Amino acid sequence: MTPVLTTPQAVTGRVAGGVPAVRISHVHKSFGRSGARTHVLDDITLDVAPGEFVTLLGASGCGKSTLLNLVAGLDKPSRGSIEVPGGRPALMFQEHALFPWLTAGKNIELALKLAGVPRPERRAEAERLLELVRLAGAYGKRVHELSGGMRQRVAMARALAQGSKVLLMDEPFAALDAITRDVLHDEITRIWAERQLSVLFVTHNVREAVRLAQRVVLLSSRPGRVAREWRIDLPQPRRIESSGVADLSIEITEELRGEIRRHVQH
Amino acid sequence: MSSTDTAAVLEKDASDSAEVGAGLDVLDGVAARGAPIARIVRERALPPLIVVGLVLGLWQLVFVLGLTDADKLPGPAMVWHSLDELWCQETLLPIVWTSVWRGLSGFLLAVVIGTPIGLVVARVKPVRTAIGPVLQGLQSLPSVAWVPAAVIWLGPDNVAIYAVILLGSVPSVANGLVAGIDQVPPLFLRAGRTMGATGLAGVRHVLIPAALPGYLAGLKQGWAFSWRSLMAAELIASSPELGLGRYLQSRREAADMPGVLLGILLILIVGIAIELAFMAPIERHLLRDRGVQDADR
Repeated sequence: MTPVLTTPQAVTGRVAGGVPAVRISHVHKSFGRSGARTHVLDDITLDVAPGEFVTLLGASGCGKSTLLNLVAGLDKPSRGSIEVPGGRPALMFQEHALFPWLTAGKNIELALKLAGVPRPERRAEAERLLELVRLAGAYGKRVHELSGGMRQRVAMARALAQGSKVLLMDEPFAALDAITRDVLHDEITRIWAERQLSVLFVTHNVREAVRLAQRVVLLSSRPGRVAREWRIDLPQPRRIESSGVADLSIEITEELRGEIRRHVQH
Repeated sequence: MSSTDTAAVLEKDASDSAEVGAGLDVLDGVAARGAPIARIVRERALPPLIVVGLVLGLWQLVFVLGLTDADKLPGPAMVWHSLDELWCQETLLPIVWTSVWRGLSGFLLAVVIGTPIGLVVARVKPVRTAIGPVLQGLQSLPSVAWVPAAVIWLGPDNVAIYAVILLGSVPSVANGLVAGIDQVPPLFLRAGRTMGATGLAGVRHVLIPAALPGYLAGLKQGWAFSWRSLMAAELIASSPELGLGRYLQSRREAADMPGVLLGILLILIVGIAIELAFMAPIERHLLRDRGVQDADR
């Protein structure tokens, strides 16, 4: 049996040395007016090193999507700071969010255009990205002609088209069936390594988190805090059904359930 | 393991799963399909033609049986004769063209004016609060109500006619755009923002295309309203060029019932023809592209 190589970390959230790809410092986030304020994120400090794959794991209400929105710049933290030295990160959603009035290829070209890629280069670059996500023939396909898995792959290509080395993913595979999800796990792992991306991946699926990440960060709920983190040294490619992934998933699930149980009113 | 080794192993593993992925794509994909012309004709053109035939038959029957006064309800043949007469006098096409030109140019002007209004009302809260309800209310005001005022203010000619068209049509166009923008899924706007489509780029690349179906519904209604307003205006205002509304009015004054019926039919036919020739194809194309509608429906 593969030994489960995990190093329980002190909860500092900091990566030693160098400029991080994402630096989240003491971030607080509340919603609503004073009186009925909901404290969603509480003092989150977390770095993603360049080329690192981090999954943010938590039950509903832990504010993991809120945190991702803050990193993406779609919202501002109430307190604390977020730095993404490489510029605006790319973001993938649970829904593909592809524009139905454009073909798969044109969706990617729009991202290229907005990223400032000159027109003559866009077509070839879009084809290259489609090839990267193994959809070489899909340039002229309309969104509704693609399956769920193909849509998420086009969405991945569109995110990569933004040219950012930082990729934020908000439960991007949650709405897919298990077989398709497996395939896309392999794909994202390959593309992450090939392009040396820094990935911050939000999920509530423990096995998915362990399957993909070099580091799993567990958030507690209401308010969201960094509860614990695991460094995962299992070699890639991992299989989601392998014993290494399973053993660690059991440990993390225990911890997650413990976090959730704290919310039972006695 | 160095990063290049890792990449190589991952590449191999992923190419295994790529085959699984390719298989899934084939299983899940939706193939676009067309329809043979013959079937389109049979399913789409035939039913309305049958209805038109039935109505004509019924009309002829009522006329032949003498169920009503022939002065009040002339037969189809008499109306056809009026049409033939107009054609021989070479006045049919000028009359129709005068109205069509006014209707279309007025409508296009309404699009040019209504679109920015709709955009501002949809996106600027105070403007929406201030004139949104007025814009909605204007839609329920029959444009014929504007005709007397327009004639007094602007004189009984083209200017008054165009003013009435615009008053009828601009609110539809603007409201259509507002409704279209309101229905844009917020996810599209967020996706656009993460890609850097903010400000005008966001309006151009995300907001307008996403709002297009609602906007198009507004345009369709806008055309219908501008055609109706034009007929109302032509009935009352008089201008040198003879349009369909004026023709209808002149036939009434001459107690020429076949001419009156012909006028009504021509107005109806032109309205439908423009809708079928311009609006319907654009809408069908748009909805099919987005997968809202099957290719052959």
